[in-house]
Amino acid sequence: MRQQAYPRLGEKVSRRTLSNGLEVVVVEKPLYAKSYAFFAARYGGMDLRFRLGGQWQDTPAGIAHFLEHKMFDTETGSVSEAFAKNGAVDNAFTSAAMTAYFFQCTDKFYENLRLLLECVSIPYFTKESVDKEQGIIAQEIQETEDDPDWQVYEGLMECLYAVSPVRIPVAGSVESIRRITPQTLYDCHRAFYTPSNMILVCVGSMDPDQVAAEAEAILPKEGGEAIERDYGAGEGRAPARREKRRVMEVSSPMFLAGCKCRAQETGEGRLRQSIVGDLACDVLFGESSPLYTRLYEEGAVNSSLGGNFDQLPGAAYLYVGGEAKEPERVFEAIIRQARRLGEEGIGEAFYQQVRRAAYGRMIRSLNSFENIAVSMAEGNFQQFDYYRFPEIFDTITKGDVEAFLREEIVPDHAAISLILPAGGPAIG
Amino acid sequence: MTRETIGGNICFTYIPSEKFKTGFFSAQMALPLTAEAAGRNALLVNVLSRGTVRCPDIEALGRELDLLYGARLDPTVRKKGENQLFGFVASCVDDRFLGGEERLLEPLTALMGEMLCAPALEDGRLRSGYVAGERANLADLIRSTINDKRSYAARRLLEELCAGEPYGLSRLGTVRDVEAITAEDLDRHYRDVLPRARLELFYCGSAPQDRVREAFSAAFAALPRRGALEPVETLCHPLPEQCRTVTEEMDVAQGKLCIGYTTDSEDRMATRLMNSMFGGSATSKLFTNVREKLSLCYYAGSTYHRSKGIITVSAGIEQENYRKTLDEVNRQIEAMASGRWEDWELEAARTSLLSGLRTMEDSAGALEDYAMNRAVTGAESLEELRTGLIEVTPERVRAAAEALRIDTIYFLKGKEAQ
Repeated sequence: MRQQAYPRLGEKVSRRTLSNGLEVVVVEKPLYAKSYAFFAARYGGMDLRFRLGGQWQDTPAGIAHFLEHKMFDTETGSVSEAFAKNGAVDNAFTSAAMTAYFFQCTDKFYENLRLLLECVSIPYFTKESVDKEQGIIAQEIQETEDDPDWQVYEGLMECLYAVSPVRIPVAGSVESIRRITPQTLYDCHRAFYTPSNMILVCVGSMDPDQVAAEAEAILPKEGGEAIERDYGAGEGRAPARREKRRVMEVSSPMFLAGCKCRAQETGEGRLRQSIVGDLACDVLFGESSPLYTRLYEEGAVNSSLGGNFDQLPGAAYLYVGGEAKEPERVFEAIIRQARRLGEEGIGEAFYQQVRRAAYGRMIRSLNSFENIAVSMAEGNFQQFDYYRFPEIFDTITKGDVEAFLREEIVPDHAAISLILPAGGPAIG
Repeated sequence: MTRETIGGNICFTYIPSEKFKTGFFSAQMALPLTAEAAGRNALLVNVLSRGTVRCPDIEALGRELDLLYGARLDPTVRKKGENQLFGFVASCVDDRFLGGEERLLEPLTALMGEMLCAPALEDGRLRSGYVAGERANLADLIRSTINDKRSYAARRLLEELCAGEPYGLSRLGTVRDVEAITAEDLDRHYRDVLPRARLELFYCGSAPQDRVREAFSAAFAALPRRGALEPVETLCHPLPEQCRTVTEEMDVAQGKLCIGYTTDSEDRMATRLMNSMFGGSATSKLFTNVREKLSLCYYAGSTYHRSKGIITVSAGIEQENYRKTLDEVNRQIEAMASGRWEDWELEAARTSLLSGLRTMEDSAGALEDYAMNRAVTGAESLEELRTGLIEVTPERVRAAAEALRIDTIYFLKGKEAQ
């Protein structure tokens, strides 16, 4: 294993690409009681249409998430039971571009690691268990239908994107998951759960060479075929629609507004753009920004106001939302402020202050093993080393952030999703 | 973990640790939870967080925190047993990662002290504009608890189950109480409660104890101290005479079923372990039977409220499965009470709780919450918990399950459902 030190972060990382293409990353955390392993596939809710063996395949919305639910079933029962016997806590998630399986434990790390590698690499589905899972996931989807935070996000994605599968909910719909069979699950597993399409990240005090040896012993010797993915014809910058409204049982109006931004190529530029985008959010509507102060003091927003810059394959957007009595007015003010800052420039002292805070936050995020693992996996899938963020931070200028505001945060690329309280406007 | 008194009714808990990138601080007033004061305390801490004499508005505060490398300083209001804690939690990047001579600990603790002892004033009183703004925000926040149906239903169950007891109160007070608080009321309350309530200080990080003690002592030197308003002992919930059912209707797709049980057992260790087997994990009786085997719900779990002697169950279900789910949950309690489980279930629960105790030491936030719980409700020490859990026998687990009495059922159902 090749070990690299990151003195500015106080971190050490060992890396190796196995002969089957699997990337193995071990982040050293010697003082912690817990050990953590994270096994992820570059496969998410967006990957519905792909070409394998020369054949284009269309799969039902929600299949990556469904597969995630079924991977913990093995021929001998639920693997969660085996983890529990070892005192490990396992979990998994599916996002737009990633499916990840992970556990945390204080003892028997290698035993748990073998369980994780085995259950994710060996599929086992039956008609009976797939039928039953349809009931469970239908309940999960129904719960998201009552969740205003979820609904306001889905609404924004539908507004911003016309063709990109980003607009489709990761869990699919009650109807789409009915079309999933054991065979579709086997097909998708064979396509995407190949060593060359996956990464294993361990965080803790484990031995990197033994981690690699376990992975080599359990996973297939062959890496797997490269998969071509279809995310639809290129999206224009204009949103599919300007606005979406939904009435729900909420106490006051909620909104999530966003601008569709240019998507970056893979590579370190992507990490740089993500830092620039986050800095743009901070100067625009961050808690120390003049605009946030004004809106908060007027009572136009409360502390729920917040947002971020997100990048997915072929898609990027900046979003901001929260509770507000007059959401449209708040978003207009943000767009106007972006234009003003883009044209007149950000005050030097204010920029330096925000920059310092953003750097501190990135250091702080390294307290979380899950953040570390997700960032490492994203970096691997998008071809950058996340731990180089201090060096990249040094190269970003005030002009970069101003250009971002000028070019990306413009009304022509904006849309807003609203959740309004049942029974008319908010009280008081 | 060490705990010392560093002034009149001021306690300081210190946990040294080199593993985190940040230092973690809290400063909270700890006092009995009452219907009269809950809303005032919650409002007070939010008004105090609007500005200090030196940093009089949120922009100035924001600048100060940004310059401390994005330090966090946030108001907190918590319920611990039948006590209320309100104050501030804070954290900042450890000096080691700044590559220079900068020190963040002293300025951050100083700002915490200013927040409590030197708020922004007008005419010698808390600013009425801040009171009005935060009063509206807090009322909105209380109203918004309806947005998350799962936690809304869990809170409604506790309200019904512990009606008339402080434990049934919301940590934030009620919309009606909060909206009735004037700037004058709040200023009077501030001057009344601040000198009397116990102040709990906490730090976890790499700085030596002496440095933190000195910083805290300097930061809170101006805190007036007279009289002593101490946290109270939490009283166990009385056993029910009969089971009560409360149903509420809302326009929701998924129903929420919450069930409260009272325990007749004083064996807290066994009850803790029993709860973990029954509904505390993804291998629990509830999860495997109600969710996995019968597909009755997306989630089902239980919580042990140690200080109150109650267990609450929460499940998200299809409306028409109400009766089926309720019966199945009770059947699982019977299974526990008659010892119908496999050895591994008990051992897995025990291992999981023991492992949880160790991983708590990997999170400064979890340690802080535990330390405050211990400070005001007399929870067991980590060592007592460890040895206590190891000693629990299967017979004690069975007896703990047998001691459960169904008390209150709360069902949040969709409007179309019957």
